[in-house]
Amino acid sequence: MPSLKDFRNRIASVKSTRKITSAMKMVAASKLRRAQQQAEASQPYAARMSGMLGRLVANIDMGSSAPLLMAGTGKDDVQLLVVITSDRGLCGGFNGSIVRLARLKIRDLVTAGKTVKLVCVGRKGAASLKRDHADKIVQVFENLGKKHLSFADAAQVSDYILDALERGEFDVCNLVYNQFKSVIRQVPTASQLIPLSVEDAAEGAEEEKPAEAGVAKALYEFEPNEEAILADLLPRNLAVQVFRSLLDSAAGEQAARMTAMDNATRNAGDMISKLTLKYNRARQAYITKELIEIISGAEAV
Amino acid sequence: MAEKLTDKTFQFELVSPERILASEEASMVIVPGGEGELGILADHAPLLSSLRPGVVSVTSPSGEVRRIFVSGGFVDVTGDLCAVLAEEAVNVSDLDREALNEKLKNFEDDLGFSKDDPSKTAHIQKNIDIVRAKLAALAQAA
Repeated sequence: MPSLKDFRNRIASVKSTRKITSAMKMVAASKLRRAQQQAEASQPYAARMSGMLGRLVANIDMGSSAPLLMAGTGKDDVQLLVVITSDRGLCGGFNGSIVRLARLKIRDLVTAGKTVKLVCVGRKGAASLKRDHADKIVQVFENLGKKHLSFADAAQVSDYILDALERGEFDVCNLVYNQFKSVIRQVPTASQLIPLSVEDAAEGAEEEKPAEAGVAKALYEFEPNEEAILADLLPRNLAVQVFRSLLDSAAGEQAARMTAMDNATRNAGDMISKLTLKYNRARQAYITKELIEIISGAEAV
Repeated sequence: MAEKLTDKTFQFELVSPERILASEEASMVIVPGGEGELGILADHAPLLSSLRPGVVSVTSPSGEVRRIFVSGGFVDVTGDLCAVLAEEAVNVSDLDREALNEKLKNFEDDLGFSKDDPSKTAHIQKNIDIVRAKLAALAQAA
């Protein structure tokens, strides 16, 4: 039976934990709002880019000269997985679900006889993947956009991917990240970056301007020419896609943390009321015991 | 006739990956196209062009000219919209000549150090080109 002092200490410690979790929840909420705004602000550029890409692809005659980023190397033996997680913990199942999806992918690819290479963005994912896939990790990016996620951070990752592609270090590149659906839902998603699927790009363009798609095909002027623009556009498009995934992931991280901390705060509240009840009971029992002692002492006289 | 042309305005947009930097009416936009300066007036034929580092100058309907430096990118002209996609954009008036000279020197030093690594030199060379273009834009403005 814990003493009254023990109870008091427990209650005090749970109370201070609750203070911390509720503060973290509020911080996450404000960071989430900022992250969402940033993700929204990046939308026009990405939309324009995919629109341009779609129009280019519609105008270009894809021969054998198709750029590496679009055509790939023609093989799929070496697979590069870019896994985006957060740098910090205490965000519920956010990193766990990404790592689980990545593990699943790795297992499938390895069973299919492919070689897998991993690029980890975010410390948490790197730490947990290191446990049983340390030999596959080729690069780790940490503390990207610690204060403010900028396009340069994304360019860092995409430049690395492009360099590796040029050196012929992989054939197919996939991105594994948490897609931000809503504050309470982040969906772990795998999307293919290289080779870029043209259908997706064309789809984006049609969504933008369904009526002009046919007209655009005939009328567009290109300077210097379609191929040169495409060669210029594709690496940037890769950077944009990485940037958007990073933004999505950042927003998702804050949302997950907010939800997790909200739950923690509520649990702490429950715990406090249970402990208080027990404490009061113990105190009552103690008083009763002392009264009985006094009375029986008086009777004995 | 020329005046008649400039009466008509169109929408000009400057978009960076992080946000929309400018969205305004313009009567003329000059962009540094990959193969030379391109002047865009209203009713320009649909055009897609790459941009090299240089100055985009936007003439507003009231005749004011705004000069914005872009570090390369693309211009997409469709009907009555001219969209410039740039990764970096600054007003020419916000550029600082001394800081740029300093930067140029640093990059040139870097270039000397990393002679053996072709992937690095290409990257540094790109940065040098951008800084040089910024300085050129300043010189032009002065």
